[in-house]
Amino acid sequence: MDYSKILRPDVVALKPSGIRKFFDIAETMKDVISLGVGEPDFPTPWQIKNAAIRSLGDNKTRYTANRGLEKLREEICAYVSRKYGVSYDAKTDTLVTVGGSEAIDAAIRTVVGEGDEVIIPQPSYVCYEPITQLAGGVPVIVETKAENEFKLTPEELVAVITPRTKALVLPYPCNPTGAIMNRRDLEAIADVLRERDILVISDEIYSELPFGDEKHVSIASVDGMKDRTVMVNGFSKTFSMTGWRLGFALGPKEIISQMNKIHQYAIMCAPTTSQYAAIEALRCCDDAVAQMREEYDIRRRMIVSGFNEIGLSCREPKGAFYAFPCIKSSGMSSEEFCEKLLYSKKVALVPGPAFGRGGEGFVRASYCYSTDHILEALKRIGEFMNEIKG
Amino acid sequence: MDKKLLKLLCKNSRYTFAQLADMTGMTEEKVRECVSEMESSGLIRGYTTVVDWERMNSAYVSALIELRVTPKAGQGFEEVAKKIMKYPEVETVYLMSGGYDLCVIVKGKTFQEVAMFVAKELSTIDSVISTSTHFVLRRYKEMDVELCNDGDDDRGNYSL
Repeated sequence: MDYSKILRPDVVALKPSGIRKFFDIAETMKDVISLGVGEPDFPTPWQIKNAAIRSLGDNKTRYTANRGLEKLREEICAYVSRKYGVSYDAKTDTLVTVGGSEAIDAAIRTVVGEGDEVIIPQPSYVCYEPITQLAGGVPVIVETKAENEFKLTPEELVAVITPRTKALVLPYPCNPTGAIMNRRDLEAIADVLRERDILVISDEIYSELPFGDEKHVSIASVDGMKDRTVMVNGFSKTFSMTGWRLGFALGPKEIISQMNKIHQYAIMCAPTTSQYAAIEALRCCDDAVAQMREEYDIRRRMIVSGFNEIGLSCREPKGAFYAFPCIKSSGMSSEEFCEKLLYSKKVALVPGPAFGRGGEGFVRASYCYSTDHILEALKRIGEFMNEIKG
Repeated sequence: MDKKLLKLLCKNSRYTFAQLADMTGMTEEKVRECVSEMESSGLIRGYTTVVDWERMNSAYVSALIELRVTPKAGQGFEEVAKKIMKYPEVETVYLMSGGYDLCVIVKGKTFQEVAMFVAKELSTIDSVISTSTHFVLRRYKEMDVELCNDGDDDRGNYSL
């Protein structure tokens, strides 16, 4: 069989994520200490697991409504209203998805067709660009700048808007930069968008991990923006539920109802057990989340100060669980730095360019690891820096 | 006193002042000051090491002894508890609610040694009515530290 006659050339042309490359090497080596994993190290809080087990005992093992259990949708709306001050209708504005990933995919596929442009700030999570391409759309990359703390500025946004612009992806708090957008930053973006027909796909998966004094602000809570925003969020990062594969999208019913059609045909419904667990998560786990956040904060401070002491300048990440230090002082490219560090000191980091344009000169270090693990990694990176300077 | 600092020290008392400063956002000097104040005020009573004795060939056994005691007028259990805590064999003494009065954890090299200590020393104390000895067979977790965990991180490298 000649598979090339079958396969879509654009799918074949898709590059695998740049994150994979180093992990594939790391996996063949012994005693590698990784700061690569973007997934919480905490177990899912026990109340959530118990709720799932209870639901299984009660034989809650059938399909749910396509949009998700009504009870869960109500809890999602109550949670989002309580946390971010935006109110949504559980019946019409809410869709429960397989992780935030599916919500992003469905949102982009719902609005983007052949030749439509999607504005994507980078460095950012790796999925927006390929999903846009698969929908026939054209990713328009905005390279956010370290001097702007990797925030998207209104000037950068205005400069790339064209009549073909359909959507803007707003990925804050940001993986990998740790940048957040506060209310003032978002108002400035809203001023650009308010008179235009551009949908904001706001990926807020790290919304419960802002650090310091600033609370997470959703662009949907900015005047006039709720009607032009699909808010994407999920349970993976906040509740340490990555493997449960559960997320949601909230937005205007005109859009959510269309997304629901894609979801219905592609997925049917999100995993039932996970949905029952999620109800418990939203109701009872504020304390557990606060404890995890406190622990991340301790690690965050430790890793930032560790990098700076080594001579790799690192801004303070304001959200998510990644540090994004600048490695230019090493005189190497990000890729070269990560490769040499992996081979000589067995520490795995992810080169910044894996997250798109603007990532060169930086590396991503996840701090979803115990403080001892982080200290050991920092020690080895420090030795590495001394050797190349020496 | 700074609770965050205390919590970190409980987790690992070997963090350096500089590391504690990084983690809490306090200055190193402030950390030093806080710790020494907690030490001198007696809030921090000491630092110890959590040992997995099973990994040592030299024998180590311990037992939890339930003691029923006649309280003394005006003194309660204070006098006897303070007497018991002075034995070097005694690791822990707690006053308990419920079915017995003092919980005493005793350590020794052999079952025999611990049993003899209880028989000869503890049970002969005047106010002690009865003792009941429970030997520890396996330690799974002690002072917040898991002893039978190899620390394997079971996360795969799948996240993007």
